[in-house]
Amino acid sequence: MEIKYYIGLAVALFCIGIIGVLTRRNAIIIFMCIEVMLNAVNLLLVAFSKMHAAAPVGKSMPSVVSDAQIFVFFIMVVAAAEVAVGLAIIVMMYRNVHSVDVNFLNRLKN
Amino acid sequence: MNNVLQIVWLIPFLPLLGFLINGLGRKQLSKTLSGIIGSGVILISFVISLWVFFNVKGGNTHVAHYFNFIDVNAIKIGFDFQIDQLSALFLLIITGVGLLIHVYSTSYMHEEDSKDFAKYFSFLNLFVFSMLLLVMGANYVIMFIGWEGVGLCSYLLIGYWFKNTSFNNAAKKAFIMNRIGDLGFLLAVFWLIKKLGTADYHTAFDIIVNHKAATFTPVDVTGITILLFIGATGKSAQIPLYTWLPDAMAGPTPVSALIHAATMVTAGIYMIARSNVLYSANGAEISRNIIAVIGLATALLAASIALKQNDIKKVLAYSTVSQLGFMFIALGCGNYTAAVFHVMTHAFFKALLFLGSGSVIHAMGGEQDITKMGGLNRYLRITQITFLIGCLAIAGCPPFSGFFSKDAILVGAFENNKVLWVLAVFAAMMTAYYMFRLYFLTFSGKFRGTHDQEHHLHESPTAMTLPLIILAILAVIGGFVGVPHILNGHNEIATFLQPVIPIHENANPLSSSTEYGLMIGTTVAMFIAGLLAYLQHRNYVAKENKGLGKVLANKWYIDELYQSIIVKPIQSIAAFLNNVVEKKGIDGFVNGVGKAVNYGSRQARLLQSGHVGNYVLLMVIGILILFIVQLFLK
Amino acid sequence: MGLTQILFWLLTAMAIGSALMVITRKNPVHSVLYLIVVFFAISGHYILMNAQFLAVVNIIVYAGAIMVLFLFVVMLMNLNANAEPQKNKLLQFAGIISGGGLFLVLVAALVKAKEVNGAMEMQSGNYGLVKNLGNVLNNDYEMPFEISSVLFLSAMIGAVVISKKEKEQ
Repeated sequence: MEIKYYIGLAVALFCIGIIGVLTRRNAIIIFMCIEVMLNAVNLLLVAFSKMHAAAPVGKSMPSVVSDAQIFVFFIMVVAAAEVAVGLAIIVMMYRNVHSVDVNFLNRLKN
Repeated sequence: MNNVLQIVWLIPFLPLLGFLINGLGRKQLSKTLSGIIGSGVILISFVISLWVFFNVKGGNTHVAHYFNFIDVNAIKIGFDFQIDQLSALFLLIITGVGLLIHVYSTSYMHEEDSKDFAKYFSFLNLFVFSMLLLVMGANYVIMFIGWEGVGLCSYLLIGYWFKNTSFNNAAKKAFIMNRIGDLGFLLAVFWLIKKLGTADYHTAFDIIVNHKAATFTPVDVTGITILLFIGATGKSAQIPLYTWLPDAMAGPTPVSALIHAATMVTAGIYMIARSNVLYSANGAEISRNIIAVIGLATALLAASIALKQNDIKKVLAYSTVSQLGFMFIALGCGNYTAAVFHVMTHAFFKALLFLGSGSVIHAMGGEQDITKMGGLNRYLRITQITFLIGCLAIAGCPPFSGFFSKDAILVGAFENNKVLWVLAVFAAMMTAYYMFRLYFLTFSGKFRGTHDQEHHLHESPTAMTLPLIILAILAVIGGFVGVPHILNGHNEIATFLQPVIPIHENANPLSSSTEYGLMIGTTVAMFIAGLLAYLQHRNYVAKENKGLGKVLANKWYIDELYQSIIVKPIQSIAAFLNNVVEKKGIDGFVNGVGKAVNYGSRQARLLQSGHVGNYVLLMVIGILILFIVQLFLK
Repeated sequence: MGLTQILFWLLTAMAIGSALMVITRKNPVHSVLYLIVVFFAISGHYILMNAQFLAVVNIIVYAGAIMVLFLFVVMLMNLNANAEPQKNKLLQFAGIISGGGLFLVLVAALVKAKEVNGAMEMQSGNYGLVKNLGNVLNNDYEMPFEISSVLFLSAMIGAVVISKKEKEQ
C-alpha cells in the first residue's frame, strides 16, 4: 500500500471531524467528533511508522517505528482523561441549564 | 537737490510711524496724546511736502531709488519714488487737506473711548501713508501697493463702528467693489510688463513716446487703457462700481471727507493723469471715448439721484460721484490738466462741505435727515457761512474755485463733442440745484426738529471750525492758479504740470468770443438752477415722492438690480456649494470614513459572539487560509 | 488486487461512511453507535498494519470505555431526536464549506508534494507486537508511563470535583 492512501483516509476523517464540530449544536456530539479527529491522527501516525519501517530512515533508526506507536498509545491515554473531565463538565452544564445546546454557552460575549 | 532725496522718504514714513505708535499703543495713550501724534506726523509731512513742492517748482524732478522690490529674471521693479510736478501737487493736497481733517477729527471724535480714538487715528495715518505711497511711486507696482492700501483703510474706517452690522456690510461692499476694479488694474499692469518689460513710468512712457517697442501695437494700448480705467471705476466710483460710495457714508464724517471726497476717490484720476502718455497714444481713442461717456453717464445719474436724497451725507456722496464723473469727462476729452485742477478744487470744497455737514450733525446730536433740520443759520454761523461758500464753489459760481475748474472741463468737452457739452452743462445745473436745495433745507426756514435737538444746537468748537475756515479760504482762492488765458490769467497750473502732462495745442482753438459765450452761458445756467432751488425749498413742505421723484429717491433701484442680478445668483451658487458639495460631499466623505470605521468595528464586534462554535469556525478558516498561503502562494 | 487491498478499501469505506453518519444523525444515540463502528474500522486498519497492540488498546479503551461513558451521559440526559435544535443554516453551511475547503487544500498539497517512496510494510514487521511495544514502553518510556497514571489520577479527581453538587447554603 502506498502511504498516500492512508494520508488521504486520515485527512478525510479529520475533515469530517471538523465539519462535525462546526455543524452540530449538541455538546456531546461535538465531543464525539473531536474523538474522530483524534483517531484520524492516530491512524496516520501508525501508517507513517509503518512507512518508515520500510524506508531508509527506519533502517538506520529502528526506534522510530515503535516511537510512533508509543506516541499513539499516549494520545489515547490523554484522550481518555480528557473525555472523563469533559463529560463531567457537560453534566454540570446540563444540571445548571438543563440543555446541552452549545449556543447557551455565550458567557464569553463582550 | 540731494537734500530732497534724503528726506523725501520721511513724507510717507512719518504717517506709517504714527500708525504704528497709535495702533500698538492704543491702550496706553490718552486721547490728547494720540490726537497730537496722529495730527503731528501729518503736519511734519505737510511741511516737508511744501518744501519739496517749492523745490520742484524751481524745476527739479527727482527719482529716489531705495531697494529692489522685485528682482526676478527679466523683471526688475525697484521701490522708487518719483517726485515730479504731478506728485508734488498731490502730496500737498493729501497732506494739507489730511492735516485739516486730522485736526477736525480730534474734536469730532472726542466722544469715543480712548482706545477707539487711538485706533481711529492709527487707521487714518495708515490711510495717508498708503495714499502717499500711491502718488509717490515711480512705477505701477508701488502705486498698486498704495492702491490696495487705501482700499484696505477705506474698509477699516467705514467699518469703524464695527458693532453695527449694516456699517460692516457697507465696508465689505466698498472693499469688494474696489477689488473688482483692482482686477482690471492688475491685468493692465501685467499686460504692460509683458509688452514693455517694465512697469516704470519713466522707462515705459519713454518707450511709447519714442516708439521704441515694435511689438507694442495700438491694440495693446486700447487693452491696457481700458483695463486701467476699469481699475479707476472701482476706486473712483464710476458706473458700474459706484454704489459703494453712498453706503460708505456709514463711516465717521471726517473719514468721508478725507477718503471719499478729497483723496482716495481721486486716485483713479491721478492714475489716468499719470498715464496720460498711454491715453494719448495711438489706439487710445476708443478708451478715451468710453471714459468720457461713462463719466458723463455717472455725472448725470448721480446728480439725478442727489436731487431727491434727504440724508445730508448721502447728497454729498452722490455729489462726489457726480463730480468724479466730471473729472472723467475731462480725462476722456484728453484734458488731463483740467481733471487734475478739478481734483484740487474739489478736494477743497468737498472736504469743506463734508466737514461742515459733520459740524451740523454734531450740533443736531447725530441727526442726518435734512427734512428735520432748517433754520440752523441762527445757531451755526460759521458753519453756515463756510457751507455757503462751499456750495457756491461746487456750483461753479465765479470767482470761486469751482468755477474755473469746471469751466476748464466744460470748454474741453465743447471742443470734443457738442452733445457732451450740453449734457455736461445739464449735469452742472443739477449740481447747483441739489446743492442749494441742501443748503436751504438745512439752514433756512423754520427749524423742523424736536425740542431737545433745538436746545442742543450750538456752534462747534474751534478745532472743528478752524479747518472749515481754512478750507473755505482755499475754496475761494484755489481757483486762481488756473485762470485761463482769455480772462487774462496765466493758467499757472497747466504750465506747472507741463513736464508731466504735455499741453496739446488744439488744432482749431475756440475763438475768444465762443469761450466767453460758453462761460457766461454756463454761469447763467447755474444761477437759474440755484434760484429755482431757492424758490422751491425756502419753506419746506413734506411731500411724498411720486413717479420720477420716487425712482430718483430710490437711487434708480440700481442697488436692487445688482442684488438680483449679481448677488443673489452668487449667493445661491455659494449656498449650493455649501449644502451640496461641502456638507454632503466633502463632509459626507469625511464623516463617511468615520461612519465606515464605526460600522466596520460594529461588524467586527459581532465576531466576539461568545459562541465557542463560532470561534472554532473561525479557527478552521484561519488554518485554511494559512495552509493556502503557505502551500500555494509561497 | 490482493486481499490486503480489498480489506483496506472495505475498511476505508466503513470508516468514512460511519464518520459521515456520526455527524449527520439527529438522534445522539445513533451517533454514538456509529462512532463505535468507526472505531472498529480504525482498529481493523491497525490490524492490517500489524500494529496489534494498538488495535486492541483502541477497542478496549476507546470503543469500550470512552464510548460507554458517552452512552451513559446521553442516556442520562434523555436526549432524543426531537430535542436536538438545529444550528443556524448559514453557520452550518459555512462550517461545511470550510471543512471541505480544508480537505481540498490538504489533498492538493499532497498532490503537489514530493514523491516519496511510500511503500508500506503492511503485514510484516514485528514492531507492533505486544511483546516489542511492551518492551519499549517499560524500558524507554517508563517515566511517561508513570506520569500518565498521575494524569489519570488528576483527571479522576477533577471529574469528581466538578460534578459535586453545591452544598445548599
